[in-house]
Amino acid sequence: MSVVFVLIGASLLVAGGFLIAYLWAVKNGQYDDKHTPSIRILFENSKKEQSIESRVQSEELEKNSPNES
Amino acid sequence: MERTELSQEIRITEQNPDSKIFCYHCSDECPDNSIRINEKTFCCNGCKTVFEILNQHNLCNYYSIEQSPGVSRKHSVKRNYDFLNDSDLKQKLIDFSDGKISKVTLTITQMHCSSCIWILENLYKLNPGIISSEVNFLQKKIFISFSEDKTSLKEIVELLDSIGYEPLLNLEDKQEEKIRSENKNLYYKIGIAGFCFGNIMLLSFPEYLSIGTEELPEMKRIFAYLNIFLSLPVFFYSSTDYFLSAWRGIKKKIVNIDVPIALGILVLFLRSAIDIIFWGGAGYLDSLSGLVFFLLIGKLFQNKTYETLNFERNYKSYFPISITVRKGNIETTIPVEKLEVGKRFIIRNNELIPADSILIKGNANIDYSFVTGESIPIVKMNGEMIYAGGRQVGGVIELETIKEVSQSYLTQLWNSKTFEKEDESKIVSLANAISKHFTFIVLFIAAVGAIYWLPVDVTLAFNAFTAVLIVACPCALALSTPFTLGNTLRIFGRNKFYLKNTHVIEKLASVNHIVFDKTGTITESGTSEVEFVGELDNQEKTLIKSAVRNSSHPLSRAIYNYLNIASVLQVESFDEISGEGIISSIDGIKVKVGSESFISGTNVNSGDYTKVFVSINDQLKGYFTVSNKYRNGLKEIISSLEEGYELSLLSGDNSSEKENLTQFFADENELHFRQSPHDKLEYINDLQKSGKKVLMVGDGLNDAGALKQSEVGISISDNINNFSPACDGILDSSSFNRLADFILFSIKSKKVIIASFILSFIYNIVGLSFAVTGSLSPIVAAILMPISSISVVVFTTFSINFIARKARFI
Repeated sequence: MSVVFVLIGASLLVAGGFLIAYLWAVKNGQYDDKHTPSIRILFENSKKEQSIESRVQSEELEKNSPNES
Repeated sequence: MERTELSQEIRITEQNPDSKIFCYHCSDECPDNSIRINEKTFCCNGCKTVFEILNQHNLCNYYSIEQSPGVSRKHSVKRNYDFLNDSDLKQKLIDFSDGKISKVTLTITQMHCSSCIWILENLYKLNPGIISSEVNFLQKKIFISFSEDKTSLKEIVELLDSIGYEPLLNLEDKQEEKIRSENKNLYYKIGIAGFCFGNIMLLSFPEYLSIGTEELPEMKRIFAYLNIFLSLPVFFYSSTDYFLSAWRGIKKKIVNIDVPIALGILVLFLRSAIDIIFWGGAGYLDSLSGLVFFLLIGKLFQNKTYETLNFERNYKSYFPISITVRKGNIETTIPVEKLEVGKRFIIRNNELIPADSILIKGNANIDYSFVTGESIPIVKMNGEMIYAGGRQVGGVIELETIKEVSQSYLTQLWNSKTFEKEDESKIVSLANAISKHFTFIVLFIAAVGAIYWLPVDVTLAFNAFTAVLIVACPCALALSTPFTLGNTLRIFGRNKFYLKNTHVIEKLASVNHIVFDKTGTITESGTSEVEFVGELDNQEKTLIKSAVRNSSHPLSRAIYNYLNIASVLQVESFDEISGEGIISSIDGIKVKVGSESFISGTNVNSGDYTKVFVSINDQLKGYFTVSNKYRNGLKEIISSLEEGYELSLLSGDNSSEKENLTQFFADENELHFRQSPHDKLEYINDLQKSGKKVLMVGDGLNDAGALKQSEVGISISDNINNFSPACDGILDSSSFNRLADFILFSIKSKKVIIASFILSFIYNIVGLSFAVTGSLSPIVAAILMPISSISVVVFTTFSINFIARKARFI
């Protein structure tokens, strides 16, 4: 049964690691803004490929004429 | 005299009124398709320019993320940002600078969609001096770092302005920092309490289930000591707020809700420690950590704030931070607080006048919508006095200050006592009111229990005494308020009624007198009711519509929208005489639209700016009356509120609208006109002295004193991000017709709190019956505490949602 004590120690260590990770995340400001990153992540692709795609996109825009009402 | 020659060639087309054209940039309706690039139509040249800038830098992705994401440029003017070269001012605005790289945080209220984020984070493509820019969308802030060698703060601000994101420049942002760090501390505390709670629960399981305690007695001891070790951070760190708050309350001789909580936590910890160390027991540390964890979660739930909205603004947030003064022929920029009496200063189009002053030169056309909510500009003559808070519309004017900024007619309001006191002390929440009696009753029962057992057994007496305090710890009581009010706050927010904090709901429920401001509050700002007195045929209507089309004056816009004519004619010449009217020639026909003196040529100064006269070929045709339009549903609101509340109206205007208002307000004596900002404040004060609890509904800076003085001040706003004076709540004007429902809902929320109090008392009685007999086992405490807390939370959440559904709020 003494293995229980080893396991308790190990589990506390692991859980403590997560606690430290959480505190570090709060300190780093990861909980300051919970909204913008969720939008920003969607831009990432288009940012990289923009130089190639921008022309195609603007052409597409021309086609989809803005006469929506 | 300022003359605007219409040089631009306008291609006039026959328009079908049904097929409207919308701006590619900002989705506003375009008057026609004259401003265009290829297939894309724009409502104004400003929008077109933004498109051109973005197109030039390959940033048209902006338009593919969201459709027509732009900010309308129709009413924008080129501003002068020269003052940003002033090094003192720059130092105050910039967060950090090492001479090469500077960092600055700017507030941009116009951001509203993902396209905005995208363009603002790609600023470096527009100005290579910008190293990086990062947006916090909820706070409407942008963090920019830039290289001082390549660009300057002024250039960045100009760039932002040119693409429609004019930053809000003021020096009043420090307070927010504090709130954020408090919030961070709460996250730490919850994290630690949650961690300890989980582990203590785990280590307590053998005790609950009585497993292994027989075979391995040392396991029980080690686990118990581990529990003490784990509860130390909970006791000494996570629960500090409750001890501090209880201590502050006791010092002021107030027994607030945190007193019994702190007492409960303290007794839980000490009793458990003694139990474990001296008696070899298990203690109640699981209950302790669970209690703190749940309480902190409740606190987080209650702390919901609308980060984008600022409820503490005073006039300084809206006044310019610097002003151009003229000495001889030299113009210099100085910070606005250094503007002394007798200085001459210059106000350009769309700039705000920061101090009471006398007009020296130029055509003053002052829009006081910030102050009164009235958006039709007022003309001022040379030598006339102009009050601070007005916005110049039109050309450059020169003024001389007669009062310092802080001593002006309007800004003096902020020197009054009302703005000094913190209103924290005023809060007497239901929970605090009850906890006073509650604490004493609990202490009494604990004492009785202890005295009863004392002759029998000292240990038992101690056990009974501590157990009563533990069980009575008003966890459920303390949770019911934050969850009920937190939910209500969110439901209000979803219906466009944004409150500063949850205390406002309790105060709103206790209101018995409601005061309304008139202009901008019960009338719609921006839209007006137009009527024509006289006869007009279709051709004349077309002529007038064509003439007013070229003017951006609010009255012209109102008339333009009123005239129901599909097509307009080409204008040959067009003159706008500021503050007078317009002359225009169409097909050789002379059309004059303007004030009475302008049309008739006689010198009548009626002072009535709401009548617009028309003459065609010098023949008087009649006049338009432009009056304020009362908000939709006003009638219903007033009549439903009249049953339970006393109502009054305060207006800064003259009593010309009195007759119309008596349709809504039954009691004529409660209509007060010509009220100065100070009068309004005093009026509220008098009501309060006679024992009334006042709700003030206002909108402009002139209501700021009344909003602050009243129990609850609600500011009505057409665009919640734009402007609102300091208040307790901001109500989007589209939800104005639900005002009565909001008040009713807050009363119902209060009833839900009372019901949940009763529920938690029942739990307390059950617990107490265990406790006084001295037989509170850890497992009973461990079950009772979470069950009571969770059931109270579930009860409040369900009942609030049920009521909201019934009131059609969700």
